[in-house]
Amino acid sequence: MAAAILQTIDFKLHERPAPEFLPSGISSLDSALGGIPRGCVTDIFGPASSGRTTILHSLMAQNEEFCALVDASDAFDPASAAAAGVALHRLLWIRCGGNAEHALQATDLLLQAGGFGLVVMDLGDIRPETARRISLASWCRMRRAVENTPTALVVIERAPNARACATLALECARTSVQWSGAPGCSQLLRGAAFSAERRKPLRPAGAAFEASALR
Amino acid sequence: MFACLHAPGDGARLLACAQDFSPQVEQTDPHTVIVDIDGLGHLFGTVHEIARAMARRAGQPVNIAVASNPDAAFHAARGFAGISIVPEGDEAKFLASLPVALLSPTEEIAETLARWGIRTFRDLAALPDLGVAARLGEEGVKLQQLARGEGDRPLKPVEAPAQFEEELELEYPLELLDPLMFVMNRLLGDVCTRLEQRALAAIGLRLRLRLENAGEHECSIRLPVPMRSSRVFLKLIELDLEKHPPAAPIIKVHLAAEPAKPRTTQNGLFIPLAPEPEKLELTLARIAAVVGKENVGSPELVDTHRPGAFRMRQFGTLQKWTGNSACPTSLAFRTFRPPLAAKVQADFLSAPGIRGRIVRQAGPWRTSGDWWTNCAWVRDEWDIELTDGALYRIYCDAQTGRWFIEGSYD
Repeated sequence: MAAAILQTIDFKLHERPAPEFLPSGISSLDSALGGIPRGCVTDIFGPASSGRTTILHSLMAQNEEFCALVDASDAFDPASAAAAGVALHRLLWIRCGGNAEHALQATDLLLQAGGFGLVVMDLGDIRPETARRISLASWCRMRRAVENTPTALVVIERAPNARACATLALECARTSVQWSGAPGCSQLLRGAAFSAERRKPLRPAGAAFEASALR
Repeated sequence: MFACLHAPGDGARLLACAQDFSPQVEQTDPHTVIVDIDGLGHLFGTVHEIARAMARRAGQPVNIAVASNPDAAFHAARGFAGISIVPEGDEAKFLASLPVALLSPTEEIAETLARWGIRTFRDLAALPDLGVAARLGEEGVKLQQLARGEGDRPLKPVEAPAQFEEELELEYPLELLDPLMFVMNRLLGDVCTRLEQRALAAIGLRLRLRLENAGEHECSIRLPVPMRSSRVFLKLIELDLEKHPPAAPIIKVHLAAEPAKPRTTQNGLFIPLAPEPEKLELTLARIAAVVGKENVGSPELVDTHRPGAFRMRQFGTLQKWTGNSACPTSLAFRTFRPPLAAKVQADFLSAPGIRGRIVRQAGPWRTSGDWWTNCAWVRDEWDIELTDGALYRIYCDAQTGRWFIEGSYD
């Protein structure tokens, strides 16, 4: 009997509370996954034109707290983000000029300081071999820094590198591109449809969403 | 007890004389100062001796009056020549012979008093209280109290202009940052204590270092919000000096803080959490030391049609809170900075890291601008889809005929 009680107490002590979620602003994604978990590392990965940045802009536009974007390859486009509804005056943008090492240091400093609702490390245009060289210790350090805080850390990559340290991993892919007009004459890029599949935790879930071009 | 010194002439000299005796000095008018002399008895003896010491120190003919309240001393000094000691409790009797004009009544009250035949303090003091209140109002009552030598107002001491500066000449030149930070810690501590005493904070810091080679090194730090933490200031200065070290050993340090009213914040239940300004400033300074100051901030769109134009401004958390605007999901764009030089041959695109056949395209759209300046731009843009499905925006510079990839839709 005593052993059973001790076992229950032990179990309760080690039980991790369910994380709060940050709405992504994409209804299909929110209904399938609940959103982006706070106090965790979320890995959003996929090739170029797979909708990673569209999810990111939507997430930043939805979040009413202060956001920090650590832009490893200086790829952020303020005009595109403003059109998506991102409040630029609440965004701290750190341009690292292609240096992934600087991006890691800046992210670490931001997480240690705290106070941001969302911290994004954008490694989307960093060469995959460079991103792969980021050590597991660095990822673990970031996971520990963000744990038990109200901050959500989102990493944008071409391939999943956070591995065990990511609580949620989303693989993005493009499903179709919408063009208007007949091929060969006056065409217009109207938008694109994307899909996001959950790769971690390994419970099948996914969402499809569309984004319209602004021309 | 209060002593009043009155002498027509140099008011500054009179003030300096009074401040030699006590820090509690009020400059009532340009020719009169009032000093709180409580406690001076231990140094000078009786009130007569204090008054005589003041007269000697003044070095000019001066009227000195000592009384139990500042107003009685003020009127006695202006009314009687030489040294006057107003006995405590007999102020009305002592001041009785002084003319009412010394009380500086308003023109209307002075005329009324003249019509009533009131000429001296004694006449005014003898009037019935209720009658004075009914006929002359609050001002009349106040004048009557002054005529009776009554009053219990506190002094309004002259405050020396606040100096939030510290300077230190070093015994030997400092070459390393650590010993300099040790010195800076002390100076910052003193400046912050002085700011705290006056309930102020600093909005900016200016550090001037005199160097051994007769040069000077200056460092200015502008803070987004007023702060008073010497620890934060020390770290900010350290980071700045690490980034821009002085060219020679340091022989003299001068530190100045720009005072400002401290930040007052009203938190609310529905205001989202924001980083602490002091902590944020330190974090931003640390990040700026890694990536460069110009690469940290908030983006701001500029009023131009030039593609990709923006400017960086200082990031701050103290701004009016506005909700986000609801927008439909729009296709995001990622920029290549600088644009990737590309080769376009028939329907094939190649650039560093990007190769493929163009399967769909939209364009061209010609854009141009700034033709009235030296940095005019003209270009033809296309949106393209490659065989691997990636979407890019490419353009051809009409001035050079060269092709570039501006960025990708993602």
